[in-house]
Amino acid sequence: MKVSFKVNGKSETVEVSSDTPLLWVLRDTLGYTGTKFGCGKALCGACTVHLNGRAVRSCQTQIGSIAGSDVTTIEGLGGNHKVQRAWEALDVPQCGYCQPGQMMSASALLSTNKNPSDEDIDAFMSGNLCRCGTYPRIRAAIKAAAKMS
Amino acid sequence: MEKIVKNEARRDFLKVSGSAAGGLALAFYMPTARMAQAADGGSPNAWVKIAADNTVTIMVARSEMGQDVYTSMPMLVAEELEVDINAVQVEFAPPAEVYINSLLGGQLTGGSTAVRDGWEKLRKAGASARMMLVAAAADNWGVDASKCSAANGMVKGPGGKKATYGSVAAKASTMEVPKEVPLKPASQFKVVGKTKQKRLDTAMKVRGTAGFGIDTVVPGMKYAAVAMPPMMGGSLISYDDARAKKMPGVHSVVQYSRGVAVVANDYWTAKKAVATLDPQWDAGPNADLDMTSLWSKMEDASNGAGAVFRESGNADQGLAQADKMITAEYRLPFQSHAPLEPQNTTAHVTADKAVIITPTQFQQLVPHVVAGATGLKPEQVEVQTTFLGGGFGRRVEVDYCIDAAEISQAAGVPVKMVWSREDDMTHDSYRPAGIYKLTAGVDANGKLQALKFKSTSPSISSRLFPSIVKDGVDPFAVEGIDNFPYLADAGMNFSYVMHDTGVQVGYWRGVSHNLNAVALECFIDELAKNAGADPIQYRIDMLDMGSTKHAWSGLSAGVPVGARMKTVLEEVKKKSRFGKKMPAGKGQGVAVMEGYNTVIAIVAEVTVDSTMDVTVDKVTAVVDGGTLIHPDQALAQIQGSINFGQGAGMISEITVKNGTVQQDNFDGYRAVRINETPRVMDVHFVKSDGAPGGLGEPATAVIVPALANAIHAASGKRVRTFPALPENVAAG
Repeated sequence: MKVSFKVNGKSETVEVSSDTPLLWVLRDTLGYTGTKFGCGKALCGACTVHLNGRAVRSCQTQIGSIAGSDVTTIEGLGGNHKVQRAWEALDVPQCGYCQPGQMMSASALLSTNKNPSDEDIDAFMSGNLCRCGTYPRIRAAIKAAAKMS
Repeated sequence: MEKIVKNEARRDFLKVSGSAAGGLALAFYMPTARMAQAADGGSPNAWVKIAADNTVTIMVARSEMGQDVYTSMPMLVAEELEVDINAVQVEFAPPAEVYINSLLGGQLTGGSTAVRDGWEKLRKAGASARMMLVAAAADNWGVDASKCSAANGMVKGPGGKKATYGSVAAKASTMEVPKEVPLKPASQFKVVGKTKQKRLDTAMKVRGTAGFGIDTVVPGMKYAAVAMPPMMGGSLISYDDARAKKMPGVHSVVQYSRGVAVVANDYWTAKKAVATLDPQWDAGPNADLDMTSLWSKMEDASNGAGAVFRESGNADQGLAQADKMITAEYRLPFQSHAPLEPQNTTAHVTADKAVIITPTQFQQLVPHVVAGATGLKPEQVEVQTTFLGGGFGRRVEVDYCIDAAEISQAAGVPVKMVWSREDDMTHDSYRPAGIYKLTAGVDANGKLQALKFKSTSPSISSRLFPSIVKDGVDPFAVEGIDNFPYLADAGMNFSYVMHDTGVQVGYWRGVSHNLNAVALECFIDELAKNAGADPIQYRIDMLDMGSTKHAWSGLSAGVPVGARMKTVLEEVKKKSRFGKKMPAGKGQGVAVMEGYNTVIAIVAEVTVDSTMDVTVDKVTAVVDGGTLIHPDQALAQIQGSINFGQGAGMISEITVKNGTVQQDNFDGYRAVRINETPRVMDVHFVKSDGAPGGLGEPATAVIVPALANAIHAASGKRVRTFPALPENVAAG
């Protein structure tokens, strides 16, 4: 089927089977490889993107269900988003593979909660796995980003 | 150097030479065609390329899997090359003889060796290149090189003469390679040890542009999804490709050595088509394997004789004469590497060439195994290393590179093979499980007099590097214990029972430190408790201050460790306020270890609730890692290792039923999440000008006994079966 939607503000139309996860449309069809595949079951958060401003796991979002939606990926965060600046200032990434998903979750958290507590961070970020163990810096970077304009 | 033996069993490729001083020597045959690549352009040597436009490129010959080699290794080159580290380009090196890791004998990333191996080598490479650039400029000017100097990518000569590196690079590469290469003293370091140095790969990692293996795209590329036997040792009997072949977008269905693959225009189509294949499997020799029988057989094996790998005095007599005997047995489970980027490789195999683009820790081996699988020659195989989305030892294995090459060859197109998480988790080479039996004889004051330590676990090296296994001892099964740091005057005896369980095992971050040191440091805590002593002071009082004995684990051999252990223990006592009064249900625990020439003491603080559920509240670590090249990332490695080790110690476990791994994703195999990690992690480094130690692995082991000992302090329960899930704590 043909599906039209926006990625990072740009209109896209793709022709794929309607059950294709948004993750693979982004990565294979449209070339937005910043969004990562980790588990395929919404268990690790590596594929997190924004759908109409909300964080979703793109591996569990069928393309047929999102016609007309606005999707934002790590590429669309712009590079100068306060979360990216904080991540860079604290050198959060190690291998870096989970970090696009971490930042998409963190930016969604900060869009609704300007000053998240440790408990808020735990609750919102626990769906994003990091095998390298960058958690202390993720926590610190979210707090640093919260203080940025 | 010995040549590779291409075995008929195609996954057994290596012929390995014996040990050499200071490390394990794994000697490989190198395909010589690759070597020339390293030194093209204006390259004074294989580590540095300087373009006419002054672009400086530094080659990184280790794989970047998070541990910072992309920055720390160029820092070493830049220190002596006299260039701005933040302006250099970084390239991953192809397989070549010059890039062999001399601590391991192969071009291999592992064993926390990258910086230790590079410490002198890379500074000398930078210095040698700088000297050749200076010599070239001096020659142009007709002055003596000793009248010239270099700074910030520029050669300066008498009378204000200046030449950029780019302007003399081509000539420099023709100058004589200096034989004597003096290095600057630590007091003059400008790059090494710089506390504010940023990682060179952060900018691309926060923008999503860093190229991992899974992000590879080549012209004409198709996508492959696979079906592999779910049972360990199983094989494919049949499959039905009728439905798959009719699906739009499917290119082909191909059988390969260990399974069947669908090659399609996109991954999702390939994945859906694989699900229609209805593969039938022969369960193979492990069809009945489950944990009950596995542990039972291992227990039986542990009652037999082991290979003694360290001994002094007469342990049996010492035990017989002791005032009291204390025994304990610990069991540690299998673990999966589970790097977040599932295994994948992009392969393009044609009649006379193969291009393999892959996230690998062992690029040197890839040409050989791909040649073995495809009928090409190793020198016809080009390997490109990408960023690795985690490694932890999983990508020392090259199985997935072989699979992708076979699929590309069979399909006749370039193929990106991507494993599902389920493929990855059920086709790992797992961290060995093991049984650890310790017996101590103590005097009336609880002081250790005699010790027997017996481990029973599978051998990793018997499969991967069989010739380093000698007299029944795998050097990678006795780490963290053959360097036993305490005194037991009446005698000690350490033995290892090599026991194959049918589960394929592999090198997992920290390797056997994560087994032996866990058991040992838990046991020492039991001895301290028996003595009624402060567990830190108890350890300090019995430290062996003589030279260390590493009979086997060469990766950390040869350095006195007693004094360094004393320092980190004393420091961690202060920093953690060890022994402070803790509320009910809370406790502190300590552990210490030397591994990879790094000495670490950790104090963990936990809360244990009435259901025996454990919360990790705080971790304090004191680390003597010698000279720190990139201090902030040394810190990051300790932080990350503490998180990683906590998962293994507390919640993660691989089990087997009917020969099949029962955990196939992050629901069954729990990896530690942010809400489970300590809110406070306080890491201190001992100021040291000693040789750099390895930092990527040792803390993964030390955190586990620190947590277990804290659990005891909080609850009175000894964790003897790991991970420390509530049922295992309750049983203690």
